[in-house]
Amino acid sequence: MIRTTLFAGACALVLTTAASAETVAITNAKIETVAAAGTIAAGTIVLTDGKITAVGANVSVPSGARVIDAKGGVVTPGLIAPSSNLSASEIGGVRETRDDGSGTEMSAGFDIAYSVNPDSPVIGLARDGGVTSAAITPTLSGGGGGAHRDDGDAEMEALRENTAGRASDGDPRLFAGQAALIRLAAGDPDIVTKAKVAVALDLGQAGARAAGGSRGAAIVLVKSAFEDARAFARNRSAFEKGATRDFGLSRIDLEALVPVVEGKTPLLVRVRRASDIRQVLKLAAEEKVKIILEGAEEGWIAAADIAKAGVPVIIDTQADLPDSFETLASRLDNAARLQAAGVAVAITGSRDFNNLRLQRLNAGLAVANGMPYQAALASVTAVPAKIWGMSSVGTLEVGKTADVVLWNGDPLETTTWPTAVFVGGYQQPTDYRGLKLRDRYARPAGAYPRAY
Amino acid sequence: MSSFMRAALAATMLTGLAFAGASSASAQAAKPAAKPAEKVAAKPLPAGLDPSKGPAPFASTYKPLPGQPTAIVGATILTATGQQIDNGVIFFSGGKIVSVGAAGTPVPADVAVIDGKGKWVTPGVIDAHSHLGVYPSPGVQAKSDGNEATDPNTAQVWAEHSVWPHDPGFNRARAGGVTTLQILPGSANLFGGRSVTLKNVPSHTMQAMKFPDAPYGVKMACGENPKRVYGGRGRSPSTAMGNVAGYRAAWINAADYKRKWDDYHAKAEKGEKADAPKRDLQLETLMGVLNGEILVQNHCYRGDEMAVMIDIGKEFGYRTTMFHHAVEAYKVGDLLAKEDICFATWASWQGFKMESLDGIDANAAIAYKAGACTVIHSDDPIMTQRLNQEAALAMAAGNRIGMNISRAEAIAWITANPAKALGIADKTGSLVAGKAADVVLWSSDPFSVYAKAEKVFIDGGLAYDRNDPKFQPKSDFELGQPGEGAFHQ
Repeated sequence: MIRTTLFAGACALVLTTAASAETVAITNAKIETVAAAGTIAAGTIVLTDGKITAVGANVSVPSGARVIDAKGGVVTPGLIAPSSNLSASEIGGVRETRDDGSGTEMSAGFDIAYSVNPDSPVIGLARDGGVTSAAITPTLSGGGGGAHRDDGDAEMEALRENTAGRASDGDPRLFAGQAALIRLAAGDPDIVTKAKVAVALDLGQAGARAAGGSRGAAIVLVKSAFEDARAFARNRSAFEKGATRDFGLSRIDLEALVPVVEGKTPLLVRVRRASDIRQVLKLAAEEKVKIILEGAEEGWIAAADIAKAGVPVIIDTQADLPDSFETLASRLDNAARLQAAGVAVAITGSRDFNNLRLQRLNAGLAVANGMPYQAALASVTAVPAKIWGMSSVGTLEVGKTADVVLWNGDPLETTTWPTAVFVGGYQQPTDYRGLKLRDRYARPAGAYPRAY
Repeated sequence: MSSFMRAALAATMLTGLAFAGASSASAQAAKPAAKPAEKVAAKPLPAGLDPSKGPAPFASTYKPLPGQPTAIVGATILTATGQQIDNGVIFFSGGKIVSVGAAGTPVPADVAVIDGKGKWVTPGVIDAHSHLGVYPSPGVQAKSDGNEATDPNTAQVWAEHSVWPHDPGFNRARAGGVTTLQILPGSANLFGGRSVTLKNVPSHTMQAMKFPDAPYGVKMACGENPKRVYGGRGRSPSTAMGNVAGYRAAWINAADYKRKWDDYHAKAEKGEKADAPKRDLQLETLMGVLNGEILVQNHCYRGDEMAVMIDIGKEFGYRTTMFHHAVEAYKVGDLLAKEDICFATWASWQGFKMESLDGIDANAAIAYKAGACTVIHSDDPIMTQRLNQEAALAMAAGNRIGMNISRAEAIAWITANPAKALGIADKTGSLVAGKAADVVLWSSDPFSVYAKAEKVFIDGGLAYDRNDPKFQPKSDFELGQPGEGAFHQ
């Protein structure tokens, strides 16, 4: 019985995906295009066959379209999580559900695209925060969030100690692996839109530890790995014959670094201290490697340098504590200052506690601390789209993919929630696990247990 | 006078009292009795051996910051007693709230008046679950003082002895309107130790932050953490049932210890010969619970585990004051209401471990509507800076399913209700005449993502002012470091 129901459900979902998307017109909406058209105070947006086909103040509703009266609600592009573990990790404290860490055996070659579970219940939770696509990025070894300090994080720490920089035949494993892009489309059996979009690298304290204890070792090892990757790319046949010198990384890892050293694939560098940021900028210039910075808590100190190098940053705007010796100058206006200096700033929600859906509030926090509202909106839509080369999403413009969210108010506000979420023109279900639990217990108790 | 001299003097005074009691008891002992108890002049115990006698150790030396009579006029006031007063007036003087009312509420002529037009006023925020000071920034091993994870029962340790008052996190929390915090030991153990309640004022000693006359709490932990920490070492508890056996064994010992002290005091009072039990700091904390002096602050995620913990309390005659991290309170809201036990939760953290898998945004709202005493807590040096917004998320999750929870109600989740759960509701937590002038002036609706605390008063003294660097204290640690402790514009 149960099996039959599940099977029927799966069929329905697949069929939904296969059919062409309906035509939808959202009317009476305040439309934040995050594009040249700016804010449309009262307008209509039309979604046809998965694309945005009209957006503006004076748009007529096509015949046969399903009309959603926004009643003054706000329409934005679907949010894009710029760095997350969504669909690759579910329960931080349950090791078996976490596939976002590079583990003990691989470095740059680790590929998070193979970790993706399109049926992860966490996806619905993220979508309820207006997120419609995400870059999923691996973390070094067993990291990636979960328990907090009150939880006596010994287990997580042990995992990190045992894996990061583990002694082995070759170089320590500094690279966390390859990132991928996903779309949060319910019922789609393959939500990966692009794999191998970047190689993640943890520097600073984490990198130093992985490298055996010191920043000096970490950067040397990175440069050495790049040199090896170039040598490997120049003469693969010699490598296959065993006619090259020994490389520090395995064939798999070197293979992943080749597009990085060729400048085709960016390196996602997690770095926090101002001096480390400057080291990374210098490294990237010397090695002619494209980089994206993540973390960058002291980025505001090096804002001019980051802007000059044209390097984008991914920021958690809540980070204002000197919680380590590499974040002593953390400030709530880090994002605002970087943006003002001309840096492309993407704002992220927290990887931990499944709090990706708070991305929009982190953008609100940036506004509260000096970032212009439109820049903050862009930091969760257009900017991450640009950083990750997702040219079809991130703005509300004719021809773009219909990843669209209707909100009952200001999307960056605490008391707002999405009332309709579209991915590729399909309205997404809102009955994720958390809401089912809510609905089970919000109703009055009956004579039978709630499980009936 | 040195604390040593004070203690010595107090010991002398107690000795005198003990002798006086003994002599009157001797006078009554003339009546014949079948088998009279042996009567001797009770020998007073040396200082420190009778926990019920002598001055409280590590006593508060808290002194309010200098203040002046102040009125805030024209703001929207959330009193945390269920009222929202638009265009209201609040006046405080001598560290206490004097009056709160609608426009036109009289204010003396010669006091400082703050124009509150467009702004909001709430009681100071109370974080009922914090590890500031015990897990301070920077989070280095040398300052990781929050979990005495060496035994499943460490009821003998006191969080106050781990508090580093220079933790920069205190300053961040104050800028978020937090005026009072309960600092707890971690949750590695079944009994983690005593909590301490602090006034969030900058200080170079812990004692000068200690909230005067606040009761202690004892941190208990349900669930995964104790069994993981100790099971991982091949010792008990390694299972949920091992946890419960551990709590019960401890309460048996505590009840026995209490009986010995009660017997001793009863005999000593009657002038009978009595041997005092040897003082035991671990059992003393638990005896404090059984005596109704120490509050039980129980880390407990799951509803079914809360139900078990409630029954343990019934078995040994104590009541749990609050369940913390109670992400499943929504499953047992009626039970919590019936037993008059508060619960504290986040709105947005969920699913980060197996026992938090069923956490939902509407947890607080559903249990609140069931009548339970609702608290939003942080357990986190970042979230503590925006408990107002966390409460907003919890409120919005309820309103999303038509619960119509007002700001006037929800503000109590981070003020009046945690005050109740910390045993300080008679002193702070709501804007009522006679209570401490712990007051926050917000730039706008405090439930908004854009709201910022502009001024924070603690006992009437200006502790933080967003627009005046003189009132943005920096910790010793941050002096001369990059950033110099400045974390906002």
